[in-house]
Amino acid sequence: MSNNDLLLEIKDLEITYRSDDTVVQAVNGLDLSLKRGETLGLVGETGAGKTTTALSILRLLPERTARIEKGEILFDGTNLLTATIGEMRAIRGERISMIFQDPMTSLNPVLTVGDQIAEAILLHNEGLSKQQVQDRVIEILGMVGITPERRNDYPHQFSGGMKQRVVIAIALSCNPELLIADEPTTALDVTIQAQVLSMMAELKNKLGTSMILITHDLGIVSQTCDNVAVMYAGEIIEYGTVRDIVLKDKHHPYTDGLFGSIPDLKKDTDRLTPIEGLMPDPSNLPSGCKFHPRCPKCMEICKTVQPGLYREGNHTIACHLYAKEGQ
Amino acid sequence: MMSQPLIEIKNLKKYFSTPKGKLHAVDDVTLSIGRGKTLGVVGESGCGKSTLGSTVIRLLEPTEGQVLFNGENIYEKNKHEMKAIRREMQMIFQDPYSSLNPRMTVGELIAEPLIVNKVYPSAAQRDEKVRELMDTVGLAQRLINAYPHELDGGRRQRIGVARALALDPQFIVCDEPVSALDVSIQAQILNLLMDLQDEKGLTYMFITHDLSVVKHISDEIAVMYLGKCVERASAKELFDNPLHPYTKALLSAIPIISVDEGDKFANLIKGEVTSPINPPAGCRFASRCDFCTEGCRGQDIPLREVTPGHFVACKLCEK
Repeated sequence: MSNNDLLLEIKDLEITYRSDDTVVQAVNGLDLSLKRGETLGLVGETGAGKTTTALSILRLLPERTARIEKGEILFDGTNLLTATIGEMRAIRGERISMIFQDPMTSLNPVLTVGDQIAEAILLHNEGLSKQQVQDRVIEILGMVGITPERRNDYPHQFSGGMKQRVVIAIALSCNPELLIADEPTTALDVTIQAQVLSMMAELKNKLGTSMILITHDLGIVSQTCDNVAVMYAGEIIEYGTVRDIVLKDKHHPYTDGLFGSIPDLKKDTDRLTPIEGLMPDPSNLPSGCKFHPRCPKCMEICKTVQPGLYREGNHTIACHLYAKEGQ
Repeated sequence: MMSQPLIEIKNLKKYFSTPKGKLHAVDDVTLSIGRGKTLGVVGESGCGKSTLGSTVIRLLEPTEGQVLFNGENIYEKNKHEMKAIRREMQMIFQDPYSSLNPRMTVGELIAEPLIVNKVYPSAAQRDEKVRELMDTVGLAQRLINAYPHELDGGRRQRIGVARALALDPQFIVCDEPVSALDVSIQAQILNLLMDLQDEKGLTYMFITHDLSVVKHISDEIAVMYLGKCVERASAKELFDNPLHPYTKALLSAIPIISVDEGDKFANLIKGEVTSPINPPAGCRFASRCDFCTEGCRGQDIPLREVTPGHFVACKLCEK
């Protein structure tokens, strides 16, 4: 793999949130890389650190409480964590853009959707004439399947699925190289979700955008992504291609638990096999493997020693079960 | 059916008045649920499934129609009789974050239905029952003095389940009880609900938009679209052999875990749910349907039994 193919590389990222007397360890030593044109699924439950990771790429973490303890985020060779505010502004929206989780709250209610799309275009292309901006707005709306007449409507006149299309239109308005989608369809119905996802996949292919798709739905991941990273308590515990994750037998016990929690439509299961217990408190993480208190296959070593990576091709699992075989 | 079903819903209608006209939330729905069975009600937002749930246990007054509970029409009962029936019909609400009073402790929340219905004369007996309920739903007894904000979503939903069980009801309406929870927690609650059903012979009406969940938990499934029940069949039959175009589209829209190209969003439905305010007569799905014919508009299409136990409201299946 030549370095030119790599669009984004996150190395040993560690992020904490601090309040008066507690330190919340949101992301703990995360390594991740993304090639041009690739779609990466970031999977995990609430509190796994998915959104924190995404926000850190755009440097949108709350300044007062969040602190990036160490690590670097290389985007096309430049370290985003040391970039100046001006440099970041040029990157946000133009080269990296983000689709937020809730389309109902991420649009400005007092501006028409056309104005909101135009705002993003104008910010990054100062020289454009009014007519050029309008043409681009109409083009973008067409791309996401909204008729141009609706550009003068306000967000409340749109349904949830249509609002999410507007948000996607804003995110794509400057042809970004990287699109970060944070649970883009969680607030939508299944039929609308399917429409939005297939539209996103189509646009991604057309524009050659790389994408990080954050979700907790393994079904969505298997249908839209090339590679999958499973997060637990701020770490990536398993990484591989969709085929590795779906078809192979060897998994991290947490990944197995996630699959066991979802009723399979194709099989008749009498009982689900969920993961016992709850996510650990991120201000007081367990020692050793962070999953060990919930793990059905926990061994003595898991309680004290952080597991290394077991590798098989590109498929990596951070678990003691396999670490031995790997050496 | 050999024995009388526990719940029979007959031609139930619930309209809401809005400035723009009558909103047909539930429009002529007929269903029945056998004792100890689970009826799953699926549909997208705005299809009237939650309104149906609330109307069935008379949290809302119907516009027309009947609901028979043990053969008796609950809408004919007066306030006093209704209070006795309410003990038999309970509800688990969707959002465990907003359905619990933040100023009451776990113990108080679970005791509330017991106090309101004056079930136990002494506080000690009541306390014992509360602890027993906490055991049943898997809440540690040390949490009895905790407040909801101290607990995570899964534990909060367990409080909701305990409250619903407090009066030993026969029938529980579960309105999206797991949709606000993470998958691993969701599976824990689903297992709990199914265990309780086996143990106590409960009857559920399980309202959800998640088709994989509904297949897992239900005996029979009703698919709703804009206030109408468009298809009804046993869970297995509905998934193996869906007949209504809407059901087919709904099933193919679920992102299933698979690497098979053929499983990727095969037939998407176009457009969005139309307005439920003063809907035109005829099939409500007609404007989004690929197989729509002249006969689909103009007159309502009734549910018809196509094969034993499988009901569909579609012109295509009439021949």
